[in-house]
Amino acid sequence: MKQEMTGAEIVLQSLVDQGVEVVFGYPGGAVLPIYDTLFKQNSIKHVLVRQEGGAIHAAEGYARSTGKVGVVLVTSGPGATNVVTGLTDAMMDSIPIVCITGQVPQHLIGSDAFQECDTTGITRPCTKHNYLVKDPNKLSPVFHEAFTIAQDGRPGPVLIDIPKDVQFANGTYTKKENIIIPPHRLFEPEIFKNDKKIDEVVNLISKAKKPIFYIGGGCINSGPKAAELVSQLVEMTGAPATMTLMGLGVLGSSHPNSLGMLGMHGMYEANMAMHDCDVMINIGARFDDRVTGRLDAFSPNSKKIHIDIDESNINKTIKVDVPVVGDVSSVLKRVLKVWKDNNLKTNQSDLKLWWDKINNWKKIDCLHFTNNEKEIKPQYAIQRLYELTKDKETFITTEVGQHQMWAAQYYKFEKPNRWLTSGGLGTMGYGFPAAIGAQVANPDALVIDVAGDASILMNIQEMSTAVQYRLPVKIFILNNEYMGMVRQWQELLHGGRYSESYTDSLPDFVKLAESYKAVGLRAKKPGELDDVINEMINTDKTVIADIWVSKEENCFPMIQSGSAHNEMVLSKDQKQDKLSAEKGKILV
Amino acid sequence: MNKSVYDSPDNTSVSRRHILTVLVDNEPGVLARVIGMFSGRGYNIESLNVAEVSNDEHLSRITIVTEGTSEVVSQIEKQLLRIVPVHSVSNLDEEGSAVEAEVALVNIDLNETNKKKIYEICDFYRARKIENENSSIIFEIAGASERINRFIIEINQITKIEIVRSGPVAISTHKNTEEV
Ligand SMILES: Cc1ncc(C[n+]2csc(CCOP(=O)(O)OP(=O)(O)O)c2C)c(N)n1
Ligand SMILES: [Mg+2]
Repeated sequence: MKQEMTGAEIVLQSLVDQGVEVVFGYPGGAVLPIYDTLFKQNSIKHVLVRQEGGAIHAAEGYARSTGKVGVVLVTSGPGATNVVTGLTDAMMDSIPIVCITGQVPQHLIGSDAFQECDTTGITRPCTKHNYLVKDPNKLSPVFHEAFTIAQDGRPGPVLIDIPKDVQFANGTYTKKENIIIPPHRLFEPEIFKNDKKIDEVVNLISKAKKPIFYIGGGCINSGPKAAELVSQLVEMTGAPATMTLMGLGVLGSSHPNSLGMLGMHGMYEANMAMHDCDVMINIGARFDDRVTGRLDAFSPNSKKIHIDIDESNINKTIKVDVPVVGDVSSVLKRVLKVWKDNNLKTNQSDLKLWWDKINNWKKIDCLHFTNNEKEIKPQYAIQRLYELTKDKETFITTEVGQHQMWAAQYYKFEKPNRWLTSGGLGTMGYGFPAAIGAQVANPDALVIDVAGDASILMNIQEMSTAVQYRLPVKIFILNNEYMGMVRQWQELLHGGRYSESYTDSLPDFVKLAESYKAVGLRAKKPGELDDVINEMINTDKTVIADIWVSKEENCFPMIQSGSAHNEMVLSKDQKQDKLSAEKGKILV
Repeated sequence: MNKSVYDSPDNTSVSRRHILTVLVDNEPGVLARVIGMFSGRGYNIESLNVAEVSNDEHLSRITIVTEGTSEVVSQIEKQLLRIVPVHSVSNLDEEGSAVEAEVALVNIDLNETNKKKIYEICDFYRARKIENENSSIIFEIAGASERINRFIIEINQITKIEIVRSGPVAISTHKNTEEV
């Protein structure tokens, strides 16, 4: 049945039909009709942020912690340009977002009207797809297609730009069930045409002497079943497994086969095993440069299997031997079936030798740090945070910098969707609004943003949002008074010239919290840390915990730019050689 | 191999010309999406041609001539397929059995001394004179790009010309081609 309504009403009806419960947004002239319609209804909750950049990161946090689509509503011009960073972030980390932007009325488009910008033009490269809807009758088909595209295949952000006159005009609403999306506009998996690939996968794994699973964010995007299937496969084969920054939590940190994170600041044993393996099984990861290190030295002697839903990731930077294009869950189901049907086993004596080697690498104890009575070591702060929160329903978000890497290294994740960090884009200012989104979705959970003193200031205005909606988000600042990660690179690659990386004139974070009517806490000495963390957890309000940590601590282990997996720098006293420092300097 | 922060391990395969034909929904912005993918990812476009091929289904065919190693071109094809309104991408070069043609219009500076020679060349290349109100001497030549190149070189040696070229379009010679 079709119904006449205004464009703005169609927008709301489409959202309801899509099961949307909450929208993160900020009003303005070009979306007033939609905000008016929002005012007259009760099915959708609106969370008013304090800057549009906050809205989209909050939607990302909501999406990542639930697996649902995050929805954003902003005005034209500056509203739209403020979401560009978040759209790019969601594109890089494959997060399903639908972003609605207002546009000037159609007769003004192209006239440099007030708050006009070419939103679809600006966002074309940072969305999976975008639309400028000129006809109210097309609104509902566009919305339903947009929600499908955002979640389909490799998820990502979709933007819908709606001129103000279209929001006022009358049109007919078409229900979700009555929309037909042509198949070429969606992901078409190759896997179903091609079972031979599965045989090759199984065959390679069963014959491997030194296999390793390399697990990425695709195993989270594929849904809760995927993590289970990954564990099953890992256990059945007895092989070691390492996870990317995006994949943390797929295999529990305490799982005996887990080697933890790999890559630039990953575990020594994980990177060494990647380098030495004879069969690599990449599941839902994309050979990112933070993971591979120098390409010509990347895992030189292995056969590589790559399971990815996005065909463009296959052979993009690393040539693989067995590519399988498909959704992780459906591919792994087939792999497991063939494995079981053929009663396959890995060679236990080969595997034992492999594990012996790995256990030797583990003895290096790459996360070792020297604790200190006087200063709080940032690593220690994360260790204590983990110990004191591990029995709760906890979500950890982060900003970007050293604190992010320390959180990835020292916090232990046992479940997927509990770790929300900006990986591909590395967006400072992501963590706090993402925590707000995660808290909106999980009101009873403990949501902590592990932050840096510089990053937190990038979206500090969202304190108002957190307080307004009584969201008891915790901001745990590892305050080193530096853009620590920048300082570290300057120390290692630029002769210790700390150009503009000192964060001068920081606010008093305790007073800052109080000025927002939130709670501010501070720990200056190791002895104060546990009390502050406990008080933070037990306070049912928004909290900023300002943790003063060692100022010049570096994040290790590290594969420096231009180096290979087996050339990790382990601690401060080991300097890399001059030549690779020169080469590394030009890289990012 | 392809681009990365790091040097590629094996840059072995040779770079050469490829003709890609891309079938797309003829909707606003589709050409910008395709071109933007090329410029954004640093691929080159030597020529580009686009026109609707079926107006009842709103389909357009984009023909792109690009240059790259087979790895790069295969990456281009996959990136094209990620674009939502793209139906299909074929690399006609790889199929090795395609016909290509382009059209050029050439405005020739003609005088009594070069006239005879120029008409001979035009005849030889089957360039057709197009009558027009200003009685400028304009020839149309169609065919393989190579042939047009040679034609232009020869005329250029004799007199000044102004040229406009469509860039090649190409079609596979396989029977029963896809959709259109
Ligand atoms: C928006 C943005 N701008 C710049 C950078 C580059 N950058 C990466 S880490 C970093 C410093 C972060 O400092 P802080 O938040 O204090 O974290 P720390 O490294 O000290 O833990 C900067 C400037 C970035 N990642 N994002
Ligand atoms: Mg800092």
